[in-house]
Amino acid sequence: MFLFRSFQSSGEPQGPQGDAVSASGAFARGLRAALNSVFVYVLVGTYIGYGALSHDLGFSLLWAELSTAVMWAGPAQVIVVSTLGSGSTLIQAAVAVALSSMRLLPMVVALLPLIKTPRTRYRHLLLPAHFTAVSVWVEALRLVPGLPREHRIAFCNGLGVGLMSPALLATVVGYVLASQLPTLFAAAVLFLTPMSFFVSTVRNSRQLVDRLAFALGIVLTPLFAFAKFELDLLFAGLVAGTLAYGIHRWRAARR
Amino acid sequence: MTTTVRELGPYLALLLVGFLPNEIWRWLGIVLAREIDEGSEVLVWVRAVATAVLGGVVAQLVFSPPGALATIPLLIRMSAVAGGFLGFVIARRSVFVGVLGGEIVLVLGDLLWRL
Repeated sequence: MFLFRSFQSSGEPQGPQGDAVSASGAFARGLRAALNSVFVYVLVGTYIGYGALSHDLGFSLLWAELSTAVMWAGPAQVIVVSTLGSGSTLIQAAVAVALSSMRLLPMVVALLPLIKTPRTRYRHLLLPAHFTAVSVWVEALRLVPGLPREHRIAFCNGLGVGLMSPALLATVVGYVLASQLPTLFAAAVLFLTPMSFFVSTVRNSRQLVDRLAFALGIVLTPLFAFAKFELDLLFAGLVAGTLAYGIHRWRAARR
Repeated sequence: MTTTVRELGPYLALLLVGFLPNEIWRWLGIVLAREIDEGSEVLVWVRAVATAVLGGVVAQLVFSPPGALATIPLLIRMSAVAGGFLGFVIARRSVFVGVLGGEIVLVLGDLLWRL
């Protein structure tokens, strides 16, 4: 028993029988949560559009599928297919993708402390971090606090697989249908991203600090962009988030 | 430095231009999250920054949208966000109704605009 315990604390993923069973149970719960999530519709629409766009810009179906699996970030994927077709330089395209995907950093930092345990190693966090995109992040932050800590990583992986699979399928559907889709449809599926980001973030923002941060982010980012500020998204986000946090601290101190 | 992405071939380009500059943020996040615990005050600030950046992404996608979305006038794009938010509030914070409402305003708005 003692040996077994020390074996466990060495961070091996293989737990005792009961743990293994409930870990797969947590994975299945994540899958179910994914399929019940409104993001299934959002992702299917978005990736039908993405599949069609990849087809129109001359990429193979395999490439389109692979890009969804390895990137898993809608706005950045749209940038990649657009720049790859346009003859931009490598650096320009990579910088555009990096700027767009910067949002993933604070999202991962905000999620992982909720799902890791003292025994968790880096390699166990690679998959949940890879699945972190707005869809998974929003649902995980909402649902994970109700789960036992040792099952949260498995739950997040189930959530990720459950949301990525419909997206991969939708990429194929969009790719096949591409030529039959009207421009208005393409515009409508591109609009799914900002609209779903908006309402799902507001739904998750139960505290004043989050609502304030969101509103300030919306207002400040165009101002920073208008001032021709490079890295506008990063700086506006840092300023808006820090301002909201400062107000939160100030209010807490006054109480 | 002036290599175009087209010269690289699609799969190498996906790795260098798609995967790496995207995934690097997630890896960096894993490293930075190491020292932070669930109850810590830093987490409140990090979540505020993440939420603010999401607000910024929404603003970017609405004000300077990619591809086909740019064919729809700004006024209609903004009305669609407002309409979606209204639907979300009326339907007691339903994300589904919010997204559906926004899409309806966007599509109907564009069709009426083109009449």
